Amino acid sequence: MVLDCKHVWREISNYIDGDLDPSVRASMEKHLAHCRHCAAILDSTRNIVYLIADERTFALPIGFSERLRARLESELEKSEPASR
Amino acid sequence: MISRIIAGERELFYALIKPCERAVFVTAYSVLKSEADAEEVVQEAALKAYKALGSFRGESKFSTWLVKITLNEARMRLRRVRSESEVSLQDFMDDSDGDYTPAVLTDWREIPSEALDRKELREILQKAVAELPEKYREVLISRDVREMNIAETAELLGISEGMVKTRLFRARLLMQKLVAPELRSQGKKDTKG
Repeated sequence: MVLDCKHVWREISNYIDGDLDPSVRASMEKHLAHCRHCAAILDSTRNIVYLIADERTFALPIGFSERLRARLESELEKSEPASR
Repeated sequence: MISRIIAGERELFYALIKPCERAVFVTAYSVLKSEADAEEVVQEAALKAYKALGSFRGESKFSTWLVKITLNEARMRLRRVRSESEVSLQDFMDDSDGDYTPAVLTDWREIPSEALDRKELREILQKAVAELPEKYREVLISRDVREMNIAETAELLGISEGMVKTRLFRARLLMQKLVAPELRSQGKKDTKG
């Protein structure tokens, strides 16, 4: 199977997730070995996915846990959970 | 543990929700795009969960249940604040529409995770995620920020697994398009500087 660049872009996400049929994967790798544009698109996309997965990118705001607890404490004084 | 909380050991409720804090926060953020609004929604959702503990049947994990309550709360808040025109625009955006062409590059220099210590880089990524259409942002945050699998994401968002994959592919390419050129120019500045 010969893939063009647009087809490769459509499969980049599945490629990153390892969710591709082996024959499609092999065709992609063949394309990527010769197409520096698609290789750079794959590398940059994978890098960005890796960076947004890092806990520092979406960390809890400072004081989040304390404010949550304080709010719960003040409200829960007034109510009890519904019994089963 | 749930029975003990219902019986009055409130302290255990704090222990129960503590490990879920980041998951519920990023879930609310994926809908609202605002840290302050997401935080308020998490507080409301936690209160709702406490009051409804008696109806939690343990068929799913507690964290899954709490995340669902949070997602519903966040969506309700969004509906309240969003104008009619925005609602219709989002609702009519077809999954087959849109430009999903990535930023064309000739090479890519890896950005290591240590670079995330720089606030500037974190802000570039956060801003790009906030710019994604809501349905793509929700999938991206579930899959790539919370690292849920395809089936869990589909179940949480109430869409098919195929739709999760389609939206994820578009979300990731949009992220690449928004972020890669900016990160590359940052990298060049760093090399020069």
